[in-house]
This record gives sequence, C-alpha cells and structure tokens, in this order.
Amino acid sequence: MSQTIKITYREAFKQGLREALQNDDRIFLMGEDVGRYGGAFAVSKGLLQEFGEERIMDVPLSESGFVGAGIGAALAGMKPIVEVMTVNFGLLAMDQIVNNAATLLHMSGGQLNVPVVIRISCGIGQQLAAQHSHSWEPFFAQVPGLVVLSVGTHEDARGMLHTALQSPDPVIIIEYTSMLNLEKEISTDMGAVNITKAKVIKSGKDISIITYGTGVYKCLESADELAAEGIDAEVIDLRVLRPLDEETFLASVAKTHRALIVEDAWRSVSISSEISSRIMEKAFYELDASVKRLCGVEVPIPYPLHLEQASVPQKSDIVKAVKRIINP
Amino acid sequence: MTEFLMPSLGADMEDGTLVEWRKKSGDTVKRGDIIAEVETQKGLIEIEVFDEGVIEKLLIKEGEKVPVGTPMALINPDGAEAEAKKETASMKKEVKLQPIEEKAEQKVMEKSTKEIRIRATPIAKKIAQDKGIDLSQVTGTGENGAITKDDVENVIVQKGEISKTEKGEKPVDNLVEVEPEKTEAQPFEAELYKMEKQPVEVKKERALTPAEAIRSAVAAAMSKSNREIPHYYLEKRVDMSKAMAWIKETNRERPIQKRLLPAALFIKAVASSLDEVSELNAIWENGLQLKNEINIGFVVSLRTGGIIVPVILQADSKSVGEIMEVLNDLIPRARALKLRSSELSDSTITITNIGEGSADKVFGVIYPPQVAIIGFGNITEQAFAENGMLGIRPVVDVTLAGDHRATDGITGSRFLGSLNKYLQNPESL
Repeated sequence: MSQTIKITYREAFKQGLREALQNDDRIFLMGEDVGRYGGAFAVSKGLLQEFGEERIMDVPLSESGFVGAGIGAALAGMKPIVEVMTVNFGLLAMDQIVNNAATLLHMSGGQLNVPVVIRISCGIGQQLAAQHSHSWEPFFAQVPGLVVLSVGTHEDARGMLHTALQSPDPVIIIEYTSMLNLEKEISTDMGAVNITKAKVIKSGKDISIITYGTGVYKCLESADELAAEGIDAEVIDLRVLRPLDEETFLASVAKTHRALIVEDAWRSVSISSEISSRIMEKAFYELDASVKRLCGVEVPIPYPLHLEQASVPQKSDIVKAVKRIINP
Repeated sequence: MTEFLMPSLGADMEDGTLVEWRKKSGDTVKRGDIIAEVETQKGLIEIEVFDEGVIEKLLIKEGEKVPVGTPMALINPDGAEAEAKKETASMKKEVKLQPIEEKAEQKVMEKSTKEIRIRATPIAKKIAQDKGIDLSQVTGTGENGAITKDDVENVIVQKGEISKTEKGEKPVDNLVEVEPEKTEAQPFEAELYKMEKQPVEVKKERALTPAEAIRSAVAAAMSKSNREIPHYYLEKRVDMSKAMAWIKETNRERPIQKRLLPAALFIKAVASSLDEVSELNAIWENGLQLKNEINIGFVVSLRTGGIIVPVILQADSKSVGEIMEVLNDLIPRARALKLRSSELSDSTITITNIGEGSADKVFGVIYPPQVAIIGFGNITEQAFAENGMLGIRPVVDVTLAGDHRATDGITGSRFLGSLNKYLQNPESL
C-alpha cells in the first residue's frame, strides 16, 4: 500500500507542471500572467523563480498570437505548454487551434505534426460571470485532429499533463476553476495516467451515470447518497472527450441498462447528445429506460452566486433524476 | 366491471369526438342500445353498446376527442349500484395504466386492441421475444407505463419457465399499482429547467366539414392500401340476360317499393361465391385470417364527394329480397351520414358498383385490411359470342382486385368463375 497525501486540485497541477519542466528541457510554459503574477489562478506560482524567464514565459494579451507562437514552437521541435486563461478567451485562439494545430498533419501529408499542449480553464466557480465561466468542451471535442482531455479528478490533474506531453498531436487540457481549492487524497507515487480511456470511478449495477469534469465528484457524492437508499449507481468519468472511449460506457450500459448523462455544458449539440446518440446506435437493445440528460441551462452564465449554481446540474438534481429513472 | 371503449370504425380511424351521451350514469343498457353519438371522419355515428348492465360512470365529457380504444364508460354487468362510488376512483387509475385490457370477446374491440402499440423498453422486448412472452399480458411499471426488463422477468419467474433469474430475489413489485401522480408527472428535466422546456404546441384543429373529413378518411385508407397492398387484377365478362330476365320476372310480383335492383343480386352472388372461395373473405393482419361471417361492404358515393361503405352483415344468409331491403334502408342513411357503428365496421370484403350510364368497368382499390374488392361495371348491350353464334346481350364486366400477399390469381379466377355460374343461374340464389 502506497502512502496518500492531501492535495488541492491546483497543487496537483503545479506538481505535474514542475515535474514536466524538470524532466525535459524542451518543455516550457507560456501564457498570460503565468510568470510574474504566478498564473491567473496561481497554478504556476513560484515556477518563474525556479525555471527562469525562458521556461516560464509571460505573453501579451493576444490569444491568437501566443497560441500560434506555441504551435510554431512545437513545429520547430519544442514541447510548449500554452495556458489560456479561460475558455471564453480560448475562442480568440480557435483559428490557430482548428486551422493550424488540428489540421497541419493532414495538410502536410503527414510531414508536420504539432505536439503542443494547450491548458484552458473552464466552467463556473468564482462568480466570473458570462465573460469567463462557460463550459465549451463540446466546441473543442468536435474537431478531428485534437485530443481533448477533461480533468475531473485530482489524479488526472496530477498525471494527465505528463502523458499529454508525450502525444505527437495537439492536446487540449480542460481544467476547472471551481475545483482549484478542492482537497482530495491521492497516492504519493501518483504519476502519469492513461489519456485514451474513460474510467469507471465507482462500479454499480442499477444505472450508469456518465459524466466528466466538475460532474465527476458531484456524481460520486450523488451515488453515495443513492446507495443509502439501495440504488447502486455506476459512475463513469469520460476523461477523454475526443476521441471518445465508447467501449467503456457502452459496456456499462450493457450492464445496468439505464443511463443518465451529466454535464455543465449547454444541452444542445453537446457531449451528452453525442454519448446519447452512440448509446442509441450501439446499445439500443440493452436499454431498459430512455437515456436521460442533465445539462447546463442554455443561458450565458449569470453573475449572482445562486443563479450561477442554478445554471448547472447539482447533486440534488442528479439524485432526483436517478430516482425518476429507476422508479418512474 | 366492463369498460366501454371508443370503437374502431375502420382501419383508418384513429380517434373520435364524443358529441353526446345518449345514456347517463345509472341507466341500464343492453346489447345493441345506442349509448353515444361520436363524430368521426365518416360523420356522426351512433355507437352501440355490446354489454349489458348498469352504467357506473361516464369517463369522457361531451366534446372530448379521444383515441380508439380509450375507455369511455364503465358498465357494471351485475347492476350493483351500491359499490359504484367507491370503486370508480381506483378504476380510473387502472384505466390509465392498462390501455391494453383484454376484451377479445367484444367484437368492436377486436381491431382496436391490435392497433394499440405496446410500450416496452428495447431490452424488455428482446427478452420477451427470446422467452416467448406475450407483452400484451404484462403490466408495465416503467416510464409512462412502459414494460421494463424487470416486469418481463417477473412474469417469467411467475410462469416458472426459469427457476431463478439474476433479479429473482427481488420482490415482485410490479403488480403493485403505481401511484397516479407518477404517471402524470412531467419528465424530470422539465421540472429542473423550466426555462428550457418548449411548450409542445398542440395543433388546434379546425373542425373539418363532413365532406372534408370523409375526403381525408378516404385519402388515408386508399394511401395505406396503395402503399402496402400489392394488387392483382382480374376481369370477367358476364352475360346478364338470364339474371335480368329473372329480375324482371320477380319484380312483376313485387310492389314498386320492393322491386329488386341488379345490385342486390350482385351482392347475393358475391356472398354465395365467397362460400365456395373462402380465401377472399378474409383480412390480412399478421398473415391471412379467414373470416367466418360474410359481411359485405357496399360502396356508396356521396353527393358532396367521397364515399362511405356501409356493411351488409351475413349477406350469405340473407335472400336477395332481404338484401334489397337492407340496401333500401342503408343507402339513404349512408348518404345522410346517419349510420350506426355496427353498420360501418366488420366488413370482410367490399363491392363497388359503378352504376348506370357511366364507365364500363371499375378496378377497385382494396380497403385494408381486407384482401379483395369486387367491381361491377355498367350493364350494357354488347356483342356476345356463344356456341358459335353472335348475339346482342346485356353484359357486365366484373373485376376483382386481390391482395397478392394473401391470395394468387388462381383464387380470384375461381371466384369469378363461381360468380358467373350463380349469375347464369339466378334462381339458385
């Protein structure tokens, strides 16, 4: 048995970052305020002093410019980690991400791959309102050529970056602002994790709750509450939003025959709509109830705390939804 | 307790609007009584009841439009009124959950039971199919009363077909009635995110004029026929000299109101021929189902456009004279759209008669789920060769359109041969 330590989600990222920078000279971090300020969310605090200006690089406020520069560096043989402050600003870099990073391998006939890692903060959490708080995983997950990771657990916060840096292709890592201060215990020898598979976080037989990102801990807590009432829910963290690991959730549905998908993103044309379609296409005859979804309300994220909370599914919603499916 | 259900008055009928109750709660009814007037696409129909007893409760309000098979009233066959009030509340609940009540002995129900889709989950259907479970006998406890895997497995356990299933240890709870508010509750998403909920737009239906309603009923039935039934066509020229002479002879002894028309003879001849070629007196629903009674639908065209098809029940056991009487009664009422429900349902074959002074022959479109339609053309004088001689004879062109899924041309051909034989020997009818 290995030892465990208590660690925040933020600290888990920082450990992963530091380890990466120590291991490979080609790796460097660039982004708005990542150096002197220590990162908008203090993830890279102290790293400038440790690794110097060439490895921890503050950049001007131009997402298209610095994400493009990161892509260029990757083409030139470096291994850049580009931090985009929030997902809302990420749209400014969408042209570089979609038209260059995701496409160059194809357009160059396989000659140019782009091993860039782009970290993006996402979701609600600190009352940052409609300017900073959306859940736009589906935008990125739609693009072939990208690997899109969603960091729903501390283990993944600690280990995904390492594996992402091994990828020959561009990887988008979606991190969640609301979880930064959340403390969990992880194994002290926690390191690199797989970035191709979804994960059954809790196994169960009555229903498959399929989720990602901020939904993971909420669904686990819901599953605990449901267990007290005799409902044995299975919780699946998708982890990889592109390419989707359908094998894991289809096998789960084949076991439980019921599915609830939970996400913060807007309902229409979302990750959950894709999951639901694949269940219909490939596991229809396993279903014992129609697939249900809990998604973000389709509004710009509001500023007031109570409205912000009400705009995404909460534990009570998940518990209620599961009960409705099991005992209609 | 018996349920009185919205009857199906043809394969094309999906729903009907209750216009008026002719009976009220507490009234005693017997088989054949008119219980209600229902507006359908075929016009205002008087609906008969097939049970005897005392009406416990009327479940549908006048003016309501309900699908075929919906319980409309509860009839207590014992007439025990005392228990009435106590029971009605729970009955209503049951009614909602079990739209597929077994009522095979009721003639009117026969069709509507088949038309109600059974709600079952995909895996429940798969298990039921593998284990040979009849889903219409299973009570659903799932979403909106859908039959779930557990429901089917419980039935399997009860049947003792498998001694122990994965879920065998679970209490058999599907027999417990589901609380009513659950079935009526909105999907949970709607509650959670009301702002997302799009109001389902209920299309406000403009009341169709009777002519429009009939036009659309004809359109629906004929489209279904053309879409699903592979028709084959046969034709036979029939010498009508003997038949016309026989009618003339018979009419000489009859008062004017009772005079026979060729149509009555045609109907009788068809009925007698169906006795010999029974494969055409049938319906096609999950395969060929032969019918015992010969109930002949007779196409009546309406002056406002469209057609209506009243039925001559058990035409084989009626004489030509009796058939003529039925026609004299039915046709004017059909044109006035004043038919009773029993006069519109249960026909097993259809005759279309193009009538006088018009086209020579008619090729019919089968009225589903029947498997044949017989067309009689205009009786005209034609050159007719027989025994090496050419003569001028009254001749009718008889056509048959058959459902090739159900029968082959040889069957239709035998039928037309038989029909010709009867029309050459009208006195035998």
